[in-house]
Amino acid sequence: MLLESIWFFLWGLLWAVFFMTDGFDLGVGTLLPFLGKTDADKRLMINSIGPLWDGNEVWLITAGGVTFAAFPTVYAFMFSSLYTPLLLILFALIIRGVSFEFRGKIESPAWKRLWDACIFIGSVVPSVLFGVAFANIFQGLPFDQNGYYGSLISLLNPYGILGGALFLMLFLVHGALWLAIRMPGQLQQRAASAASRLWLVLVVVAVTFLGATWVVTPLYENYLSMPLLFVVPLITVAALFGIKGMLVKKDFLKAWISSAATIVGATFFCIIGLYPNLFPSNMDAAASLTAHNASASPLTLKIMLVVVLIFIPVVIAYQVWAYFMFSDRLSEKDLAAEEAY
Amino acid sequence: MDVVLLSRLQFAAATMFHFLFVPLTLGLSVMVAYMETRYVRTGDETYLAMTKFWGKLFLINFAVGIVTGITLEFQFGTNWSRYSAYVGDIFGSLLAIEATTSFFLESTLLGVWIFGWKKLSKKAHATVMWLVALAGTTSALWILLANGWMQHPVGYVIRDGRAELENFAAVAFNKFGILEFFHTVSGAYVLSAFFVMGVSAYHLLKKQHVEFFTRSFKIALVFGLASSIFVAAIGDTHGVHVTKVQPAKLAAMESHWGTTTRAPIHLFAIPDEKNERNIIEIGSIPGILSLLGYHDINAEVKGLRDFPKDERPPVMLTFISFRAMVGLGTLFILLTVYGWLRRNRLMESPNYLKIMLFAIPLPYIAIELGWVLAEVGRQPWIVYGLMRTSDAVSPVAGSQVLFSLIGFLVVYGLLGAIGFYLIAMNARKGPMPE
Repeated sequence: MLLESIWFFLWGLLWAVFFMTDGFDLGVGTLLPFLGKTDADKRLMINSIGPLWDGNEVWLITAGGVTFAAFPTVYAFMFSSLYTPLLLILFALIIRGVSFEFRGKIESPAWKRLWDACIFIGSVVPSVLFGVAFANIFQGLPFDQNGYYGSLISLLNPYGILGGALFLMLFLVHGALWLAIRMPGQLQQRAASAASRLWLVLVVVAVTFLGATWVVTPLYENYLSMPLLFVVPLITVAALFGIKGMLVKKDFLKAWISSAATIVGATFFCIIGLYPNLFPSNMDAAASLTAHNASASPLTLKIMLVVVLIFIPVVIAYQVWAYFMFSDRLSEKDLAAEEAY
Repeated sequence: MDVVLLSRLQFAAATMFHFLFVPLTLGLSVMVAYMETRYVRTGDETYLAMTKFWGKLFLINFAVGIVTGITLEFQFGTNWSRYSAYVGDIFGSLLAIEATTSFFLESTLLGVWIFGWKKLSKKAHATVMWLVALAGTTSALWILLANGWMQHPVGYVIRDGRAELENFAAVAFNKFGILEFFHTVSGAYVLSAFFVMGVSAYHLLKKQHVEFFTRSFKIALVFGLASSIFVAAIGDTHGVHVTKVQPAKLAAMESHWGTTTRAPIHLFAIPDEKNERNIIEIGSIPGILSLLGYHDINAEVKGLRDFPKDERPPVMLTFISFRAMVGLGTLFILLTVYGWLRRNRLMESPNYLKIMLFAIPLPYIAIELGWVLAEVGRQPWIVYGLMRTSDAVSPVAGSQVLFSLIGFLVVYGLLGAIGFYLIAMNARKGPMPE
């Protein structure tokens, strides 16, 4: 029981770190056509995430792999039920990934426009669909012992769309703040003022989401039975307002860290509310997949726990090292480097 | 349409496409790391230019390889959910270990390598590339252990209607997976060596950057010679193990119908699956199949007719892939041995250089056929002897799979075309003038 619960929260942690890290890559990609006025602007934006996006995306692979290892039944049922949205996300991420590499390889405006469009689509689609998918998990999905009855269209219900909007706004603010840290001159100012304006929209969407969650999902039940847990959403809201505070002070690094804390906090607010459900049914509670009825064997959970406890801290260590290496402010001079995208 | 067939086609398309890029990543990372180390040790700028030139081709190739790997992590869930639920306890953990221990390291450090030229010392920068190469290799190990478990399941117990892990060491040291690992990685090295030799030959034929490409060619030649011999030797050991644990695959590999001692191979044969025989058999050499399977010319080899019909793999595809793979493997040894003899007279051997240029696609074909043999030859099982492929698919609609299959073919087709075009374009361009 304990082992399964530990894995439930580790599972949540992997998703939270994925959203926190690749979140700003996706945000930057979505902002590309809006903030990048010239080709140099766009290249600077792409190069700001160039060294990091790939390592960030592995958190998604790991979240997928850990779902497979720790909760094989969830992996099997969730991904075959959410077949179309998941494949749309994967195709979008594929296109985004190659776009960075392909874009600068041929000097032609039309060629670059093509990959700019691909970067935008490849960033905005996963941002929204991850939100849609998770919001639907929070409110439960239409399935029973006989199978899944939903479709891509049924996922696009109001609460699902609200979840998509929340993720998109979180990632946009996160991405704009990253640009405010790394961009030079005018571009930095545009990014900073975009972050301020997007933050306002984010607050509106977040408040709506918190309210709607009370109405349409059972997520607050865990909190009501253990009120101490309310500290998690409170910290998250504090971090959300911390973003604005740091933006006013023009301390973009701290604003970005607040934004990272907001994303992790928001994910954990939902994960705690979801516990012990991983894939709940809104038709037949007995069919819901939980940490307890869908987990791997104790031996697998134990071995995987050892692997994760040893290697994830190592991964975090070298990723933090890489982040420190690539968080300096870029300049147009850096674009002359042979390796620049 | 048939969901099983569509799902198999989709998985074949996704993995075979992914595997057009993986082998070059595995081998070229080692060669680039070696070139950079030579640069650090000697300070010779040509080695730096080589590192950058081959590194650039490596990166384009890596980009397509990495993004197409993402879908594979999720395909088991989307299309093979019954399989995933049945074996996830073991198979899933191997994939998760791969991501945690290897994929993270490879992806993070590659970003550091690309953008870290001015931020790291020369030594540290070269070390990063070695770590990228190491991570790629350990990544291959875990993935092939996962495939090895599908080929020859070990260390499990059937409990609560699924395969549960009982002995992790048995899974991690599964001989089948270990042999597959060495065979695949050395095959990948052959492919990478032929890639480097072929591109170098192109420039040597044009008599441009002669010093640069002669050096590249020679490094690749040593690498290629050693690995083409090794891949064959491991393949031979692997064959004996396959005979032991997958006898039906061995029989299909040589289209061997009747159980006999001193089982022959035929220089030429056409399998006739319907009538359980070969239409034509020309040039039979007795004992060779026994030798191949048991290292004993007199050994008895069980024929396909003695396996129940529903436990035989498709013979034609298995048979052709095996022969073509072995034929090409032999050719690789001949070409590299000949190259070794001519290594100091490359510029005077234009015909050899021409052959090596046109040989670039051959290891790609061989390595893909190797996978066709491994996977088609395992049929009708998804996990050998334990679960049938037809019992493994997701309960999704055929139309869904048809649409995603078309999506895969279109997206991957375009990416592959662009990827190979960019690799070829940059390969032709040659090194940057410093």
